[in-house]
Amino acid sequence: MTTSNSLVYLIALPLLGATILLLAGRRADKWGHILGTLMPASSFAVGLYQLSLMLGRSAEERPVGQKLFEWISVGSFKVDAGLLLDQLSICFVLLITGVGTLIHIYSISYMSHDKDRRRFFAYLNLFIAAMLLLVLGDSYLNLYVGWEGVGLASYLLIGFWNQKPAYATASKKAFVMNRVGDMGLSFAIMIAFATVGTVSFAGIKEQVDQTSTGALTAIGIMLLVAAAGKSAQFPLQAWLGDAMAGPTPVSALIHAATMVTAGVYLITRSNFIFDAAPTAQLLVVIVGAITLLFGALIGTAKDDIKKALAASTMSQIGYMTLAAGLGPVGYAFAIMHLLTHGFFKAGMFLGAGSVMHGMNDQVNMRKYGALRKFMPITFVTFGLGYLAILGVPPFAGFYSKDMIIETAFNAGGIKGILLGSATLLGAGITAFYMSRVMILTFTGTKRWDEDAHPHESPWLMWLPMAILAIGSVSSGFLLSRGDALVNWLHPLFDHHEEHKHHLLQPIVVSGLALTMVAIGVAIAFFKYSRQEVAAIAPENVSVLTKIARQDLMQDRFNEAVFMRPGQQLTQVLVKTDEAVIDGTVRAVGQLAMSSSSLLRGVQSGFVRSYAALIFVGAALLIAGIWVVVQ
Amino acid sequence: MDAANYLYLSALLFTIGAVGVVVRRNAIVVFMCVELMLNAANLAFVTFSRINGDLNGQVVAFFTMVVAACEVVVGLAIIVTIYRSRRSASVDDASLLKR
Repeated sequence: MTTSNSLVYLIALPLLGATILLLAGRRADKWGHILGTLMPASSFAVGLYQLSLMLGRSAEERPVGQKLFEWISVGSFKVDAGLLLDQLSICFVLLITGVGTLIHIYSISYMSHDKDRRRFFAYLNLFIAAMLLLVLGDSYLNLYVGWEGVGLASYLLIGFWNQKPAYATASKKAFVMNRVGDMGLSFAIMIAFATVGTVSFAGIKEQVDQTSTGALTAIGIMLLVAAAGKSAQFPLQAWLGDAMAGPTPVSALIHAATMVTAGVYLITRSNFIFDAAPTAQLLVVIVGAITLLFGALIGTAKDDIKKALAASTMSQIGYMTLAAGLGPVGYAFAIMHLLTHGFFKAGMFLGAGSVMHGMNDQVNMRKYGALRKFMPITFVTFGLGYLAILGVPPFAGFYSKDMIIETAFNAGGIKGILLGSATLLGAGITAFYMSRVMILTFTGTKRWDEDAHPHESPWLMWLPMAILAIGSVSSGFLLSRGDALVNWLHPLFDHHEEHKHHLLQPIVVSGLALTMVAIGVAIAFFKYSRQEVAAIAPENVSVLTKIARQDLMQDRFNEAVFMRPGQQLTQVLVKTDEAVIDGTVRAVGQLAMSSSSLLRGVQSGFVRSYAALIFVGAALLIAGIWVVVQ
Repeated sequence: MDAANYLYLSALLFTIGAVGVVVRRNAIVVFMCVELMLNAANLAFVTFSRINGDLNGQVVAFFTMVVAACEVVVGLAIIVTIYRSRRSASVDDASLLKR
């Protein structure tokens, strides 16, 4: 493998930025945001340089490695802190630093009225560094460091306005639910170490053939748990909606474009494990299918624009997970959808932020309406993202999502039909709820609060939106032209059992998908554009809507199944602790005290009685020895 | 003469000393009884040395004498100090360590 010494700069630059901004304190308030923006931008430049080097090499020689230092060396167990930049990581590096830089630029203006803007940029830089470590680590242990790092950054940024108790609670919820997933990852690492003996990607890949399917399945399932926690997949999805408490650039960067896609990265990176563990792979597909419908259904009922987009993110990542679970034919499409999603969803979140910026931080879409005329640039960029997520040709989503639907149908048998139908249905629901967001926000009548004076955002905000909109339009076409991304990623995946049996031709799939989209848009149009929209959410709605408004009971489920029994368990444990553990300790003390008070009488203080006792003792001892000897 | 007779004498002296330690109150007398016990042990050591025909027992007897001399110094010093502070040499009066 080629080695390079410049990989570390990708991570070191934003990390340096975060360190400086955090240590410099208020002194850095004047220039902190500029430094904070320059760091990911220079990381992006390093990434582009690496890409150019990579393009100059043949497919086998493209992966680049860098050993930083020997991290753990215990007996036969050795882990180096090493970086690996291959065809998969470079996609992520460019997405993270590219979209990251744009969102930093956006934040300069968005956070300009916040007195803690410097701290915000420090956390953003910390996030970029941790996320880059996550995708660049060459072993699961290195990945784990980045994995925890992004969890920390996410926690800090969701709770950035932690003076509001609800926001602080949301950050804690995200952290705790992520922890459940993190436990899965640590278990996966432990199982890998116990059964395979190494935790590096290359090492495990080499020994997959000699490892039992049971062990691989266990690792795969644990990795899936980890992915579900980080990527807000069923059943660990409940934190994402609340994570919208963070500032909107955070939602765009962390909870739409990059961090939440780490689970998809993990599954794709572990392709050699999942390919050898069909049960785990099937579970991945099932989780993906459930989540894509789950998220889409929640999205239909949310009036909070950010929560609707969050539900949409959950659903879109469900698509990616599903594709990643389909094996070698799906990995590349998962990554493609991930990249296009990174553009259009980040763009739409920034658009939502722009709308909120103009509407006094109002997030309720029922209080919007008719903003098209007042925010033309936001309308156009958001609209392009909207067309992209719908999958209208030739926008990005058309290429990436249709490929996933097509691959799902071609998975074969009843599984293929079920998965394909789920993805098609998801596409229809997506079209409905995204149209609802569009219609409620930008068209119809004004339902504003009285003090709202919507205006277009400054250029620092709309420029990143415009660039992301360009990405939403063109990225799908560029990535799929001549199967560019598929061929680029091809050397990483194991293709030996590739068998293509087309259930449906691509053109039929596109036709079906577009039909579903058209139906979704039409329903949204008749429901929200032809009828008057109430400024206050109506109460007399169907049971299904009520359930969807409460996130399909996910919190209630968690509370009933995990939280309350957990609380009861801790209560029982507290009682056990008091009665049994403390009781034992106290009983030992009592025993010592009562027996000593009995023996205390012997300590009369009279030397002569002591002497007599010594003589008696000696006599007994001698008598004892006498008996034994005889 | 039979060596066993010395051992009987040694046992007799030791018992007298032990009974004296237990029954007498005067610290000086108790002290002298302790000395008696030590010397009873010495007599037994020397007798065993004689019986076994080697010098180990005699050597131990010398050690005991040295220890006894030290003990006399320390013990008398303690008794004198107690007598000075309490105007009494009774061992039963010095019972402050109980409880």
